[in-house]
Amino acid sequence: MHPAFSVIIFTSLSGAGYGSLAILAAVKYFDFFALNPLYGFFSSAISLLIVTVGLISSTTHLGHPRRAWRALSQWRSSWLSREGVFAVLSYLPAGVFCVSFLIPTPFNSIIDIICLLTIAFSLATVFCTAKIYASLKTIRQWNHLLVVPVYLIIGLFDGAIFLMLLLTIIDGLQFFQLNYFIIFLGAVAGLAKILYWWSIDSTQSQSNTSTATGLGSSNKSVSMLDAPTTSETFIMREMGFAIARKHSRRLRLITILTLSIIPIIIIFLMTQPIALVSPMVLGIIAILFSYFGTIIERWLFFAEAKHVAMLYYGASKV
Amino acid sequence: MTSLPTNQTNTKLGLVIDLDICVGCHACAVNCKEWNAGGHSAPMTDWNTYSGTENKNGEDSGAWGVWFNRVHTFEVGKGQESKTVYFPRSCLHCDEPACVTVCPTGASYKREEDGIVLVNPDTCIGCKLCSWACPYGAREYDETDGVMKKCTLCIDKIYNENLDEIDRVPACVATCPAGARSFGDLGDPNSDVSRLVEDRGGYDLMPELDYRPVNKYLPPREPQINVLDDGQPLSLVSMADNANQTDPSNNSILKWVDTILSR
Repeated sequence: MHPAFSVIIFTSLSGAGYGSLAILAAVKYFDFFALNPLYGFFSSAISLLIVTVGLISSTTHLGHPRRAWRALSQWRSSWLSREGVFAVLSYLPAGVFCVSFLIPTPFNSIIDIICLLTIAFSLATVFCTAKIYASLKTIRQWNHLLVVPVYLIIGLFDGAIFLMLLLTIIDGLQFFQLNYFIIFLGAVAGLAKILYWWSIDSTQSQSNTSTATGLGSSNKSVSMLDAPTTSETFIMREMGFAIARKHSRRLRLITILTLSIIPIIIIFLMTQPIALVSPMVLGIIAILFSYFGTIIERWLFFAEAKHVAMLYYGASKV
Repeated sequence: MTSLPTNQTNTKLGLVIDLDICVGCHACAVNCKEWNAGGHSAPMTDWNTYSGTENKNGEDSGAWGVWFNRVHTFEVGKGQESKTVYFPRSCLHCDEPACVTVCPTGASYKREEDGIVLVNPDTCIGCKLCSWACPYGAREYDETDGVMKKCTLCIDKIYNENLDEIDRVPACVATCPAGARSFGDLGDPNSDVSRLVEDRGGYDLMPELDYRPVNKYLPPREPQINVLDDGQPLSLVSMADNANQTDPSNNSILKWVDTILSR
């Protein structure tokens, strides 16, 4: 599948933004550590900003961005519509959550409900984003059990590193439990990706040129002799992206290193008293690596996906 | 509403495509373009039509554009036993069209009355998700209009009372010079098309995906006569072997003539 840059930016940014909102709301709800109001306000406000940039980016690949509001109407059947609905709804609790740090309220139970709603809507939006891909029967590499967990884990992972970085910048302190949580998420993300790659490499599509045309049999192969046109059709341009495949091994290695292993090492170093560099600098390096890794992971997610329609255009398997 | 209609009628208009008859002339695709360039989903835009202008860096991937109908050519089997099969492919107007249910705006819909799958160009946002959901590659995006386009089964022709009744068939069916395409109600077991499917063992494309396409394909027939009975060579290979017998190098007189003439 052709990796649309706007969609990669959208899924990675909104994943990180919703991830950090969900974790921040959980910290507040369970009172894991005392949140400085200024830190709470800025981290939730910046998270919402990141989500907003992602959502705006996602509309730029549309043929008619100004009609985007119509996408909120078909939540009964469409995961894309559900994603839009949750994305819009999440602004309500997340906005109140953000402002609540500045205006102290005596009604703690209301804040608790706001925290829970923020967690639920943030995770639901990322869940729906992943389901858009995971629900497509036409693409074996997307119609996979691990797609939704990986989207959620990477979103939480990037979001947690972001929260930890802001903690070192705004409060000048660290909360080691957060570091250990990030290390756990990073390890799970890396292992899940390895398991995913192993799984898509070792399974086969039920569809092939024989089922696509109905012409083959056990002793008769079916292969394309002539394409319908001399140039590339929309389908070939959209679904037939193959540039990355020959580099996929190397790109997978880069993904695991930058998304998982390097950030884990840096964040572990931050918990050690011997660190020579300030935690803030280490935090910045960690988030640069993890976000770069997320972009490569998302790009590969598209580039390695093979659409069954390509069976009509010369692909021997998908 | 992109949820599928709950009170769908039994009428399922669609096509039956006979792969035994199709000669791969592309007339169906061309007449489809011709009719629909002025029809329900008009215009059907083309880009870089004269070629050579697409990229500034000198690359040119040729002229391209929106077509609802494409004719592919497949080789079935290998070597002497192989067969060339022409394979027209368009929207199959599925009973379980995921292209419709994934649509976030309701622009894609399946008609209750006849099962035709259409796109409303006024509400489509051009997100292209429906083209990802279609296993048959039937939907093509119009870069100029910013909306998705697809086969309408010539909805503006098959119900058009200004036309003679005999002309109220899709453009691809009307134009096929070989009669490889039939149009009718596949929901009615007694219709001509349903009987044709029954008689010839018509089948679904990619049945494993469970989209339950309405359009059916008829398989190429097995050869009815043995070519040897007709005095024809069994294969091109044996014909070439025979031709070899008259090669000058195998005939002493011709060899002598060849030697004389070659001086």
